[in-house]
Amino acid sequence: MEVKTHIISTIVEHKPGVLQRVSGLFTRRGFNIESITVGESETPGLARMTIIAKGDDKILEQLTKQLNKLIDVIKVRDLEPTNIVQRELCLIKVHAPEERARSEIIQYANIFRGKIVDVSTETLTVEITGDTDKIDAFIELMTGFGIKELARTGPTAMSRGSKII
Amino acid sequence: MIKNGVFKGVPMNGGQAIVQALLDEGVETVFGYPGGAVLPLYDVLYDSELKHILVRHEQCAAHAADGYARASGKVGVCMATSGPGATNLVTGIATAYIDSSPIIAIIGQVATQFIGNDAFQEVDMLGITMPIIKHSFRPTNPNDIPQIIKSSFKIAKTGRPGPVVIDLPKDIQEAELDEYIDKPFKLPGYKPTLKGHPLQIKKAAEAILNAKRPVILAGGGVIISGASKELKELANTIKAPVTTTLLGKGSFPEDHPYSLGMLGMHGRKVANLTVHECDCLIAIGCRFSDRTTGNIAKFAPNAKIIHIDIDPAEIGKNIEVDIPIVGDAKKVLQDILKILRKRNINSEKEEWIEKTIKFRNKCMPRITFEKETPLKPQQVIKEIMETIDDNTIVTTDVGQNQMWMAHFYTSKKPRKFISSGGLGTMGFGFPAAMGAKIALPEENVVAVCGDGGFLMVSQDLATLREYDIPITICIMDNRHLGMVAQWQRLFYDERMSHTHLGKVPDFVKLAEAYNIEAERVEKPGEVKETLKRAINSGDPIIIDIVIDPMEILPMVPPGCGLTEIVGEYKVETKPIKEGKVEE
Repeated sequence: MEVKTHIISTIVEHKPGVLQRVSGLFTRRGFNIESITVGESETPGLARMTIIAKGDDKILEQLTKQLNKLIDVIKVRDLEPTNIVQRELCLIKVHAPEERARSEIIQYANIFRGKIVDVSTETLTVEITGDTDKIDAFIELMTGFGIKELARTGPTAMSRGSKII
Repeated sequence: MIKNGVFKGVPMNGGQAIVQALLDEGVETVFGYPGGAVLPLYDVLYDSELKHILVRHEQCAAHAADGYARASGKVGVCMATSGPGATNLVTGIATAYIDSSPIIAIIGQVATQFIGNDAFQEVDMLGITMPIIKHSFRPTNPNDIPQIIKSSFKIAKTGRPGPVVIDLPKDIQEAELDEYIDKPFKLPGYKPTLKGHPLQIKKAAEAILNAKRPVILAGGGVIISGASKELKELANTIKAPVTTTLLGKGSFPEDHPYSLGMLGMHGRKVANLTVHECDCLIAIGCRFSDRTTGNIAKFAPNAKIIHIDIDPAEIGKNIEVDIPIVGDAKKVLQDILKILRKRNINSEKEEWIEKTIKFRNKCMPRITFEKETPLKPQQVIKEIMETIDDNTIVTTDVGQNQMWMAHFYTSKKPRKFISSGGLGTMGFGFPAAMGAKIALPEENVVAVCGDGGFLMVSQDLATLREYDIPITICIMDNRHLGMVAQWQRLFYDERMSHTHLGKVPDFVKLAEAYNIEAERVEKPGEVKETLKRAINSGDPIIIDIVIDPMEILPMVPPGCGLTEIVGEYKVETKPIKEGKVEE
């Protein structure tokens, strides 16, 4: 069966221990997760968790069923990758002691609609948001300058249009 | 009467709220062991109506609660203190989890202000138990306690049952409640599906009607849902032979002519071969464990598989299913039967059942070994069966004793055969029997243990004596870890690495130390005689049964298909006593 990357959106009770229950489940059942993001949802007391996981259809079916079994998990949906809005935030601290490197980085950041959020004599820190591919591309551009530090949030996502989970 | 936060006229604290909520849930007995972090709760128990059985090791509290639950269908409750007390429960919780048994473990925890500081007897029990529980709670406010207890019972016993852990900081046990909220939490993420999808039910009914060689595989879910009556009607209606998993034993009367006995690695020959032959397998409330299916690729190769289970995650987990139905076994079977009752059953099914019964009668496993000494385990089981009645609860330990019982013992009623299936927990049989007896004091209870497993929990003979719990313990004494030794003989060149248990202890003398009567038996006929006396005595009695250490049970080696049985399958030549086919 074909291994695909899946974006699973879940609504969970916003309580201590929920993230541990979810991540513990992945370990116990041998599922691989690429990332989990979690934060408040539109409903008070509920959080939205976005999980990126790789696997074939059978693994994904087990994964969603096992997630559904957790009592703190209220809804689970495997999002259709072609019909979603997906964003990730990335902070990159780049080595830029010279004027030329600095202006190049600033130009690249502008092209990618990034922001310079911090400046020091040695470094520039860029904030960039977008889908995973865009961020990968930007990171690749920065590699030549020397990346000192990098922090990615992992993607968060929702369906396009009026559909809600 | 409870008023808001008031217990017998005084302000109620967390510990009192727990006891009150347990009593409200109809709990009569809890099994436990006190310690520092549960002192406030135990202080309430001191003069409460709740009966507490003081075990001698926390593991026995969990197993006893489990045995109580499996025998009665009610929720079993166990208690322990924080740290080592709590970790001693872990094996019992995991045992209950994998066998879907509803227990609640109430565990002390260090006071909230000390949590995370590596305080004395602090352990992260929520973390440790997370993969082996259905759900867990830790109250941060004493007002939540009644709701937590109510919710725990709801979660433990509904849907697919399972253990719930309540981690109870000491300060919360002591804190006063402002109000007593007498209802469970809203649990928006918990809605077990009980009714099967009508379209799937129709599809299943059609597949059953079209089948020529149907077989029913009944699991523990049939017993949990109380669907034995429906199962019997289904088998009788469609003329289908019935095999069971280990936990399904007793869901269908095994003296019924349609019964094939247990399926699997240590299953009966007739069950394994018939499942291989069938063209439609109706699996109800089972999870297709590797011990049941053998090599998946060779499992029921010609069958359309219908899988009925209340847990959607079990469907398609281990084997590909043709017609899945998520729902409660009883309800789903009732719905299927509604369709089947109106229809004609094809004649091929009649031929199939006749052929199967003939085959079954030709390969009933031999249990009569009346002349052999040392005693054959088969003969021991035969004598046990000849002595006890259909309502007697038997528990088993794990290993050869368990598989012999599963293979040779004829179980006729649900909840009368109790065994640790999924986890295979040595030491389960004896404490589970104590729990079963306390749940159903009117029934006779016999624990069939191995010498190895029994020794893991023998300290609880003290509990047995102190509370005068009249169960009979049959120790199948071969001085070996029999099952491991069997594997060493079959698959490891007879390199008997650390499976001989030596000459000690003398179980009769061990029992004497606890002021419990014990007898050693070595000859055919003696088990029957002694067991009869033991059961009638109304006192706990141990029977140390010296059996042949070389006896092995034919089995399907790991990785093989169910038909590839190794070892000589000895067949009974004596006539079979059969039950009736009732409509």
